[in-house]
Formats: sequence, C-alpha cells, structure tokens
Amino acid sequence: MAQTPRPVFTNIHITQIVKYRMPLAAWVSILHRISGALMFLLLPLVIWLFDNSLSSETSYERFAAVFDTGIGIVPGILVKLVVFGLIWAYLHHFTAGLRHVRMDITHATSKEQGRHSAAFTLVFSLVLTVLLGAKLFGVF
Amino acid sequence: MSERIGSKRLVVGAHYGLRDWMSQRATAVLMAIFTIVLLVQVLMPGPMGYDKWAGIFAPQWMKFLTFVVIISLAWHAWVGVRDIWMDYIKPVWLRLTLQVGTLAWLVGCVGWALQVLWRL
Repeated sequence: MAQTPRPVFTNIHITQIVKYRMPLAAWVSILHRISGALMFLLLPLVIWLFDNSLSSETSYERFAAVFDTGIGIVPGILVKLVVFGLIWAYLHHFTAGLRHVRMDITHATSKEQGRHSAAFTLVFSLVLTVLLGAKLFGVF
Repeated sequence: MSERIGSKRLVVGAHYGLRDWMSQRATAVLMAIFTIVLLVQVLMPGPMGYDKWAGIFAPQWMKFLTFVVIISLAWHAWVGVRDIWMDYIKPVWLRLTLQVGTLAWLVGCVGWALQVLWRL
C-alpha cells in the first residue's frame, strides 16, 4: 500500500519567533509566560515588600521610603520601575489566566472568540497598568 | 498505541499532565479570590497607612487565606516554570539542574513568606 505523503511540522525555534506575524492571542500567550517568569524571579522582592509593609510601623516607614530612597545601591526610581513591571506582570497574568479558565468552562475557543478575549486581555491589563503606574509615579 | 505496552511502552512524557493542568487552574482561582478579597479591603474608605494595611491581615481568616495562597502560588509557579524548562531546555542535565533550582527557590520563598505571615 502506497504511503500518502504527510506534512512535516518542525518545532519553531525561539529565534524564529521574531519573523512571525503573531496574532493577538499569541501575544497574550507569550506575555503570559514572560510575566509569569518575571514574577517568579522577583518573588524575593515581593516577599521583602510584604515583610516590611506588615511587620511594624518602623518597617512600614522603610517600605514606603524605598520608592524614594531606593534599596542599597538600587535607586528609588529603579525600584519604582521594577514595581511598575510587577504591576503589569500581575495584571496581565491575572487577566490572561482568567481568560484560560473562562475558555475551559465555556469552551469559547473559536478563532474569533480567541481574538476578542485576547484583545480584551491586552486592553484591560494595559489600561489598569497605566492607571496604577500613574499613581505609583505620583501623577495623581 | 495499543502495541506500545510492556517493554515497548512509550517512556516519554510526565504522565501527570491532567493533575498539573487541574492544579494550575485550581490554584489560579484561589489566588484570584485572594486578589479580589484584598482589593476590596484596600479600596474600603479610610486613609491608606500602616494601621489599615496591617488591619487587613490581622483577622485569622485572612491569615488562613494568605497561607493557602502562598502554597498555591508556589505550586502554580512550579507547574508554570517547569513548563518553560521543558519547552526550551533540551539537555537533560541542564533541565534537571534548573528544575531542582526552581524547587529550591520556591521552597525558600515559601519558607520566608510563612515566616513573615506567622509573626504577624
């Protein structure tokens, strides 16, 4: 029996990704991963903030001050930028995660639904990031 | 598939995909609930300061929920980071090293977070 030629799909190497035109859902997906990895690496900072903000009034003062005076050799503006990054990472990961849970429950997994929920995820998380970032940098 | 039994079995894959998939969602929902509970309390009227912030974590039920969330976060992060290593890191020795490092990192962070929580 003759074998029907079947298509061969090779794995996409990470360096090839830049050449791909990624749909919105792909952006949400890779950003979900990047935001997760970022929060994983910055866990000690989050625990440090959790520790100092809660342990005592003195430590709370220290917690509040690092956004201006910095931690050790790290200047305050860099602390703010890193926390800004964490805010984005949390909001994106949170929204993209609930998107997955919703897809699992409702089976809203058509191409069109995926594009819509991906657009919602990006808009929702980025708008909230900008708002909280403005608060963090003292715009209001 | 049916021929892959006994010594011919396919010895790849972790074989606990459903458990990981399920636990990642369950822990995600727990963390989302915690986020909303925390957010609602932060947005309650009153000036933000040490008293209000520490007051949120004072009740036993909040400590209970925070404990659950710390464990959930570590479990969730383990599944996610392990996925990243499995997708991109092919040499077994390096992947194993990174996985052990991830576990050590997470266990250390959980210990630190619980140390903070239990002295409140």
